[in-house]
Amino acid sequence: MIDTPALEVHHLTKFFGRKPREALEQLRSGATRDELAPLGTAAVIDADFTVRQGEIFVVMGLSGSGKSTLIRMLNGLLEATDGGVTVMGEQIAGIPAKRLRQIRRRHVSMVFQHFALLPHRTVLENAAYGLEIQGVASAERRERAERILDRVGLGGWGDKMPAELSGGMQQRVGLARALAADTDILLMDEAFSALDPLIRREMQEQLVELQHELGKTIVFITHDLNEAMYLGDRIAVMRDGRIVQLGTAEEILTEPADDYVAQFVRDVDRARVLTAGNVMEAPRAVVVASAGPRAALRTMRDLQTSMVFVVGAGRRLLGVAHDRDVLRLVQRGERSLDRVISDDHPVVRAGEHLSELFESAVESQLPLAVVDDDGRLLGAVPRVTLLAALGNVSTDTGEPAAVETPATIPVDVITETLHRTAAMQVAAEVADAVRSDAAERSPA
Amino acid sequence: MNDFRLPLGEAAEAVIAVITEVLGGFFAVVRAVFAGLYDLVDLVLAAPPFWAIIVVIAVLGYAARGWRLAVGIVVGLLVIVGVGQWDNAMDSLALVLVASAIAIVIAIPIGVLAARSDVASKIIRPILDFMQTMPAFVYLIPALILFRVGVVPGIVATIVFAMAPGVRLTELGIRGVDREVVEAGHAFGSSPWRILRQVQLPLAMPSIMAGVNQVIMLSLSMVVIAGMVGAGGLGGEVVQSLTRIDVGLGFEAGLSVVILAIILDRITGALGARRRTSRSTRERSTDVPAPADPVAAPSSVPA
Repeated sequence: MIDTPALEVHHLTKFFGRKPREALEQLRSGATRDELAPLGTAAVIDADFTVRQGEIFVVMGLSGSGKSTLIRMLNGLLEATDGGVTVMGEQIAGIPAKRLRQIRRRHVSMVFQHFALLPHRTVLENAAYGLEIQGVASAERRERAERILDRVGLGGWGDKMPAELSGGMQQRVGLARALAADTDILLMDEAFSALDPLIRREMQEQLVELQHELGKTIVFITHDLNEAMYLGDRIAVMRDGRIVQLGTAEEILTEPADDYVAQFVRDVDRARVLTAGNVMEAPRAVVVASAGPRAALRTMRDLQTSMVFVVGAGRRLLGVAHDRDVLRLVQRGERSLDRVISDDHPVVRAGEHLSELFESAVESQLPLAVVDDDGRLLGAVPRVTLLAALGNVSTDTGEPAAVETPATIPVDVITETLHRTAAMQVAAEVADAVRSDAAERSPA
Repeated sequence: MNDFRLPLGEAAEAVIAVITEVLGGFFAVVRAVFAGLYDLVDLVLAAPPFWAIIVVIAVLGYAARGWRLAVGIVVGLLVIVGVGQWDNAMDSLALVLVASAIAIVIAIPIGVLAARSDVASKIIRPILDFMQTMPAFVYLIPALILFRVGVVPGIVATIVFAMAPGVRLTELGIRGVDREVVEAGHAFGSSPWRILRQVQLPLAMPSIMAGVNQVIMLSLSMVVIAGMVGAGGLGGEVVQSLTRIDVGLGFEAGLSVVILAIILDRITGALGARRRTSRSTRERSTDVPAPADPVAAPSSVPA
């Protein structure tokens, strides 16, 4: 059951005009939208995709690209000229109006660009509108609507009229109305386009949060690529009625299907799309804690860097060690790195967007360590890489951008120290390595 | 010129003759119903002492708009009493109320139909043009044949003449409702009837009330003409003063019509404007705890 796709769209076409059949035939034989212009408008041509349950599916396109027509066919507000839509396993083309209304009540609610609230009803009554139509009893729908209003941050506003609210708040009511209806699917038609940028950002974040919490399937229409990239698990880019590319944000950003998409992508705010995992580089200055100070110092000398990442068992990141501290350890003949491992360096998750990395990058000169959910070191993002990623300079040019933190101690000094201490250390170090190697394996 | 002539007049006569023949019984019923309604309303208005009616109308005016209108109503109605036209004025008022009520009851559903169907709209529009521009006297002729002399042909002619703006403004109001809001109703699975009742009619109400106001004003302007077929009231006085060239009587009866018109216009006009905000003020007065940020009441809600 859980495997039923929320929406299946098969060769969906919508033609506005007098002779739809003729137009369809011409489309099938490869006519373009412009060639059909004398007959009418082919708003959507041969759209074909599946929306999985629980994903945010974004349809992105400029005005006139057919995205609004497309979304209105998903709940049968517009009838398809050709092709079909399946909602939660049920085909909706040509079914009786009554059955279609039932499907809308149970499965599909909608959020509108200009909110479309009932101006003569209170916020609470608006939020409860879907429930009212579903026939939910008055007391229960009031209670449920209040809960959702609280959730979207409008607790206590239920008695106001919509006109008393700001645009952002009105759209929260629109969202609450759709969420309160408790349908599986939410259609959002340019839902945030009429809001000013700050509010829009806030709403986008809240939507992602709500989606995680409630697990709704969302089809989101937008003309804003940044919004599409931020929200969409998958994005369909539409142009002149056709879907020209369908993929994840990263796919569209890194491998645009054609010049049109490429041109679009040029202006995108990459910091909100790319993640640390997308841009990180393989960390080279890494030592295993058990290898000891001499190995750490050698690594730093070879890489001409002043710090190394120290990892424990299973590449779990323990912290970083700095060359001065390690040098001191070596001079003193200590065999454990533990005392100098510091954890004051920035650590980020692989899934974090670049926009979230700047703060950490500013606070510390060290490359950002990228870890997975279990704290394993996956890679590093030096500041230069961060900048390169934003500037759309390819970061995988083969030659790794060997930008490590510059060494603070001259190479000669390190080499000399290593030599000087080698004699007395070598035996102990070998023994130590064997011992810790065994220790490392035993708990696993 | 030659002898060619379009026999439209004969055709109209024939149609009326057939209607009289075939639907005679129906018109008898209509006549009885309209006459009964008129007598009832007239009784309510004319039976109590004049000051009681003045108080009631003044209270209505106060409720609709405030004390200024109430004072104006009292002064205006006292003038009517003062020129000895009170009974005639009440007869005319009864005719206007009955005719407008029937006209509105017919006009609103037709307006709804015209708003929902482009075909219906295209058919109805020229009919409305016809009804509104045909000289009002002309309606009196078939009305006289069908309903005989008295108040009923006056009511019927008034209904036909006054109905058009009710239909037009209802259609306009419903077509003017934000498409997205109607779409929202559909998207949440509401039935068309329910959308009409819960969304379109309430949102079109200011426009519909403007239509109601227009219907009443047009009815009042028909009162004088209805006087010619024996409907009595102020119209009867005006017609009488015309036949006698009695300037004084004509002025007094005419002024009474004007006063009635202004009072009816102000009261119904205020109702149309009030409807939009009445709900929010009512909600607020029963508000239990004041929410965090008390926002000032909006002067009007954008439609």
